[in-house]
Amino acid sequence: MTATTVDRAPRARVLADPVPLSRLTAVELRKMFDTRSGFWLMASIVISALIATIALIVFAPDDELTYASFGKAIAYPMLVILPMIALLSVTSEWSQRSGLTTFTLIPHRGRVITAKAVASISIGVASMVLALAIGALGNLVGTAITGTPAVWDVSLAESSYIVLGNLLGLMSGFMLGVLIRSSPGAIVAYFVYTFALTPLFILLANSQAWFHDSRAWIDVNFAQAPLFMFDGAVTGEQWANIGFTGAFWLVIPLAVGLRQVLRTEVT
Amino acid sequence: MITTNELTKAYGGHLTVDRVSLQARPGRVTGFLGPNGAGKSTTLRMVVGLTRPTSGTATIDGRRFVDLPNAGREVGVLLDAAAQHAGRTGREVLTIAARTMGLPTDRVDRMLDLVSLTGAEGERRVRNYSLGMRQRLGIATALVGEPQALILDEPANGLDPAGIRWMRDLLRGYADRGGTVLLSSHLLHEIEIIADDLVVIGNGRIVAQGTKTELLQAAGTVVRTPDLAALEAAMRTAGVRATRSGDGALRTEADLGLVGEIARKAGVALTELRTADAAGLEEMFLELTATTQREGAAA
Repeated sequence: MTATTVDRAPRARVLADPVPLSRLTAVELRKMFDTRSGFWLMASIVISALIATIALIVFAPDDELTYASFGKAIAYPMLVILPMIALLSVTSEWSQRSGLTTFTLIPHRGRVITAKAVASISIGVASMVLALAIGALGNLVGTAITGTPAVWDVSLAESSYIVLGNLLGLMSGFMLGVLIRSSPGAIVAYFVYTFALTPLFILLANSQAWFHDSRAWIDVNFAQAPLFMFDGAVTGEQWANIGFTGAFWLVIPLAVGLRQVLRTEVT
Repeated sequence: MITTNELTKAYGGHLTVDRVSLQARPGRVTGFLGPNGAGKSTTLRMVVGLTRPTSGTATIDGRRFVDLPNAGREVGVLLDAAAQHAGRTGREVLTIAARTMGLPTDRVDRMLDLVSLTGAEGERRVRNYSLGMRQRLGIATALVGEPQALILDEPANGLDPAGIRWMRDLLRGYADRGGTVLLSSHLLHEIEIIADDLVVIGNGRIVAQGTKTELLQAAGTVVRTPDLAALEAAMRTAGVRATRSGDGALRTEADLGLVGEIARKAGVALTELRTADAAGLEEMFLELTATTQREGAAA
């Protein structure tokens, strides 16, 4: 009971180098794949892109087998899956309580959240590139089967719009994860945010003239719609709509959520 | 060295932790003892930065936990063994911790070995772990960075007697090599076997602290004599409070020497005279926490 500072293991202080963000991001990426549910969520990106492509080849009339059709068909499931990936990467720390370990290994919650954002966006970009590649393959195979010429009616700019649109969707999932910090709660909120609000806004737009005119400045999904249309360049006003609604529906709630993450207890 | 200085946490108007100042020194196991809800966990969570103190500070070798550049390499923390991602395998949980700290993952197998989890158990998902296995995994996670200090909240929960013995030996060895151990428990006998220093907390306040030896001595004296009434009278005359315990002995807070002296002067023959030891510490613990213990609380 008198074992005071005896032969202390020779440990140099310099061993403790700061943890770089790149390492944290790599760890967060790993955490997205290392559970069964995480793995299948990732796999569902490829699976849904393949199913959408095959379904289009089988069911669509021949004259609709264009790259734009494939792009739209594949982008739609992405709009559900990518936000879920981002959302769950945040909420699982709270719902699974693994945050207790994560935030004691890295007592800077802002760095952990940043690493999660970088990892989510990387997954989003990689998924969209993969999806567009699968779509291109589908376009080649589909038109080869029907014997019609392959139609490449999507410009590079239009492709980047749809990638951006999906990344904005992914970030809205991320935002809800940060804001709500509970997997079921954030998932429900996401579906309200993307799917339940739209019909309400349509109703409102049909009944109220003022809302009909200003909807693009209020309804975030409506404002972002041009990104998914493959319908030429997005106009300056449309960009302004996207920026304005994005600030209101994405940036502000994200800032509120981040503040809470930094301040509240992790239990 | 883990130091807290007047650490305080208020929820609403209620002080869950009230000016707790304690030290856990290198080479020693410091037991943080108190009934459920006494504020042990909140104190430990404030030390590692998961909960913001209302006032006061906590430092590890003079630095705040959040200022540690690679916290896992300096302080191993296990606050709740149940707080692991249920869908990950035990090995994966350790791998993530090692990678976060920038360590080679070959250490993962050594850690599994160290906490006696077999290779097959390491491949199982945490949702299929017993609480005892989760405790072992949690201790492995705390140790994987070879830290100089350990902070463990109720680490013996869910361990069987052999597991408790294993953990005791592990922590003893760790402290003997110069490590600092701060561990909490609500079970006195669990902590008095392993701790060198004790900090007893009740209702958010520290009610006693010191080395175990000191606290054992402070726990009083047990004395036995065939002539109980005479000794009682003599002690009353000397102004020493004594109480009869159920088994026909007298217990007093006075030390051995004083009790012996009183007995000699009174001419009472003694059959036993000793420090109250563990039983005394237990009584002290119950007494100290009785006023702060929840009404009819079951552990």
